[in-house]
Amino acid sequence: MMKFIAALILTVLSGYASCLFLPWWSIAIAAFVIAFIIKQKPGWAFVSAFLGLFFLWAVLSYTISSNNAHVLASKISLLILKVKNVIALILLTGFIGGLVAGMAALSGSLLRKIIWSNKV
Amino acid sequence: MKIVTFIFSALLSIALVYILNTKMVLPAPLGKLLAPQSGVWQNAENDNEGFSADLQFPTLNGNTTVYFDERLVPHIFSDNDVDAIFVQGYLHARFRLWQMDLQTLSAAGEVSQVVGDIALKHDREFRRLGMVFAAENSLKKIEADDESKKLCDAYTAGVNAYINSLTESSLPLEYKLMGYKPTQWSNLRTALFLKYMSYDLSSNERDFELAAAHNYFDSTSFNLLYPVKQDSADPIIPIGTVFAEPSIKTVAPANADSTYLHGEVTAMENEKPFAENGSNNWAVSGSKTKSGYPILCNDPHLGLNLPSLWYEMQITTPTYNAYGATFPGAPAIIIGFNDSCAFGFTNGGRDVRDYYEIQFKDKSRKEYWFNKEWKTTSFRIEKIKIAGKPDFYDTVAYTIFGPVMYDQSFGGKRNTSSKNYAVRWKAHDSSNELKLFYYLNKAKNYTDYVQASTYLHTPGQNIVFAAKNGDIALRTQGEWPAKWPGQGDFPMPGTDSSYMWQGMIPQSEVPYQFNPERGFVSSANQRPVPPNYPYYLGREYPSSRGVMVNRLLNGMSNITPQDMKAMQNNNYNVFAEMLLPVIIKNMDVTLLSGSEQGFFDQLNKWDIKNEANSIGATVFAITLQELRDTVFNDEFSLAPEGALKPFESTLMEALLRDSSYKFIDDISTPAKESISNMVTKAFKGACLELNNLKTSHKLEWAKYKDTHIDHLTKLPAFSRLHLPIGGGEHIINATKAVHGPSWRMVVSLTPQTEAYGIYPGGQNGNPGSKFYDNGIDKWVQGEYYTLWVMTKNDINDNRVKSKIVFKRG
Repeated sequence: MMKFIAALILTVLSGYASCLFLPWWSIAIAAFVIAFIIKQKPGWAFVSAFLGLFFLWAVLSYTISSNNAHVLASKISLLILKVKNVIALILLTGFIGGLVAGMAALSGSLLRKIIWSNKV
Repeated sequence: MKIVTFIFSALLSIALVYILNTKMVLPAPLGKLLAPQSGVWQNAENDNEGFSADLQFPTLNGNTTVYFDERLVPHIFSDNDVDAIFVQGYLHARFRLWQMDLQTLSAAGEVSQVVGDIALKHDREFRRLGMVFAAENSLKKIEADDESKKLCDAYTAGVNAYINSLTESSLPLEYKLMGYKPTQWSNLRTALFLKYMSYDLSSNERDFELAAAHNYFDSTSFNLLYPVKQDSADPIIPIGTVFAEPSIKTVAPANADSTYLHGEVTAMENEKPFAENGSNNWAVSGSKTKSGYPILCNDPHLGLNLPSLWYEMQITTPTYNAYGATFPGAPAIIIGFNDSCAFGFTNGGRDVRDYYEIQFKDKSRKEYWFNKEWKTTSFRIEKIKIAGKPDFYDTVAYTIFGPVMYDQSFGGKRNTSSKNYAVRWKAHDSSNELKLFYYLNKAKNYTDYVQASTYLHTPGQNIVFAAKNGDIALRTQGEWPAKWPGQGDFPMPGTDSSYMWQGMIPQSEVPYQFNPERGFVSSANQRPVPPNYPYYLGREYPSSRGVMVNRLLNGMSNITPQDMKAMQNNNYNVFAEMLLPVIIKNMDVTLLSGSEQGFFDQLNKWDIKNEANSIGATVFAITLQELRDTVFNDEFSLAPEGALKPFESTLMEALLRDSSYKFIDDISTPAKESISNMVTKAFKGACLELNNLKTSHKLEWAKYKDTHIDHLTKLPAFSRLHLPIGGGEHIINATKAVHGPSWRMVVSLTPQTEAYGIYPGGQNGNPGSKFYDNGIDKWVQGEYYTLWVMTKNDINDNRVKSKIVFKRG
């Protein structure tokens, strides 16, 4: 459980930091590296990274949007989702971040297993 | 096995990133767009944060501070004229970069490089019209003048200073959505922007459309359908004005009438009938106002888009203090006022674009027949970049007339068959309109205004002026070709010089009014001068708005700015006032069914105002449309596609004057129809559509007219649709579906200037800002903002919301 929480928090922090300098998909690299370092079952690695990035991106977008009275979000949701639904756009944002990070973490965890088992 | 699982998972991750980062699978790169730290969320501007900053640029000369008020209008205080323009460029880019970038790409015929080959036809058309050629010509003149070059350079540097500061996350929203990046600004792009306005305001020729009609109808019919002189004209320069002998005596070619047009029909896909691109401006002198000081009003009618064409601004330097509407894309204040006077524009509308049929020696287009010898063409090779495709090269032949716009390789929207047409457009000539605006911004009195006006060549405008010393004036300004009667109404032969323009009307012969006795000057795109004016002016000018403006101004006294606001929003339909009695008188009510009688009652009790909720206005508009079709469709049934349809005013004048108007009879029936037959038939036809509108609850005028302001991409999410606003064609409040008063301004030139203005948009071009469209609802209601002329003593005023300091560094 500790590892799960540590992985989640580290993914959030590194995912946030990497996007300050690198393209958005650096969240995948961050999640991959964290999952490689912290030993978890691949499924749990996926879940911790998914929840971490879902949380990060949803909170970031919600914060930005509420400071903007959701003016932009309602227009973008109309554009992308064809309905005016700010919450749906925020959830979609979180889901995309979570999915990319989760898949990268799953891969990182699987690689760790290969290297680790080869060592033994 | 573990390795296979890993590889599978890793590939899936990479594929996922790829899908979310490109448009290859999904219609949009969702990951890239929705990433909160760099994607579109970054364009959700924090409305509480303001825009305060301290900026340093090495090209600045001194210090400038910009104060933003609660509507995000910048008030620029600069210690020199050049830096003020740098900052203007910076602010235009900061709030409107995407639109000015796109508009100049469009002007230059470079849209394909952004959107792909769907824009290739547009790009070729603009290149072949000579837009870049024209902009280059003007730029040479601008850059030859030290003062203009400095200002132009400063503007360009300001725009680029902002572009260079952009990061992926601060890129304007539209770039992110469309997936491209802004290109650097240049002085040429400023010139291109000005040519874009020339394109918009001086391209209203209908030469091919009229030629198609001319080829089809006999000359009697033709002259009835497209009369050269229209009645009911209340010209801008009033009847009774005496004009000097023309210094240019135009000579029509001896054979103009017989060989002007060769028998071959020239057809068009596109028809542009009843186009009414125009504006209102007027100034009343102190003798007619309550304050005793002049009031100047202007509302230019242009295409309505988001982000708006206009951006409001105040510029204060040691030499001037001007406030008004600016064009993102060009320096200076365009329509506005300063501490001494106010100025505004309406379009001149004369025909300054003509076509000449070129006879090439052979397909190589290297030589053409002119004045009995073969002349060599020059070629301009246009390289058009296309997103995702190889470059397209278009070789355009240039003749003594100008570029050969239409030839075998390109017909544009026009099917010009096997012929070659060169275009002669006044905008091709070099001119420096930047000086017009810069000098108007600084103008202190009437003499300065006249001096500034002489810099306006194309697009020619009616420039209105009023000053605090009590002077009012209006000049029908522009450098206009002196034409012989009928010259350029149709494409002309290009084989000799006799059909060419024979000179430009000298500036000293520009008709104008200065402090006229009637106490006001006005223009609304009507015919500029009475019939005794010695130069040819073309066939058609819209007259109704001018009639109404002058009627109201004549009848007013003790005028207040409030009265002027009401007048700009006046919805009275003077065109209907003249035509409606003819329709009512000639209606055979015995033939109307119950529901038709109901609509006729609406028409009868209509107050002739196109108010938003008026049903009579809708009934009239549809009846008029049906009447036009009923009267003319039989004659036009076999006419070439694209042949110009007669103007509405022609129909009206014929019905008012001539009960035996030749075209009333339906030539497809053996019977001889009367006006009454046609009016009743048209009305019954109109009722079919009116019943449909009734079913869909769209009978009210605003619902039927459906004014909407589209984002330049036409994305509905960024547009404002179904606006409940009245007005329309022929009406002072000329708000049509996508066109109308783009900036309403009322300036009372009292010692302490009292000014009001509004445009249907907002200061911030970003759809993610609350200042994107905040003016629209007030504009719809006919309300105005008070324009705040800030002074340096106001820096602690609670209207100041943020400030940017610009320093050399």
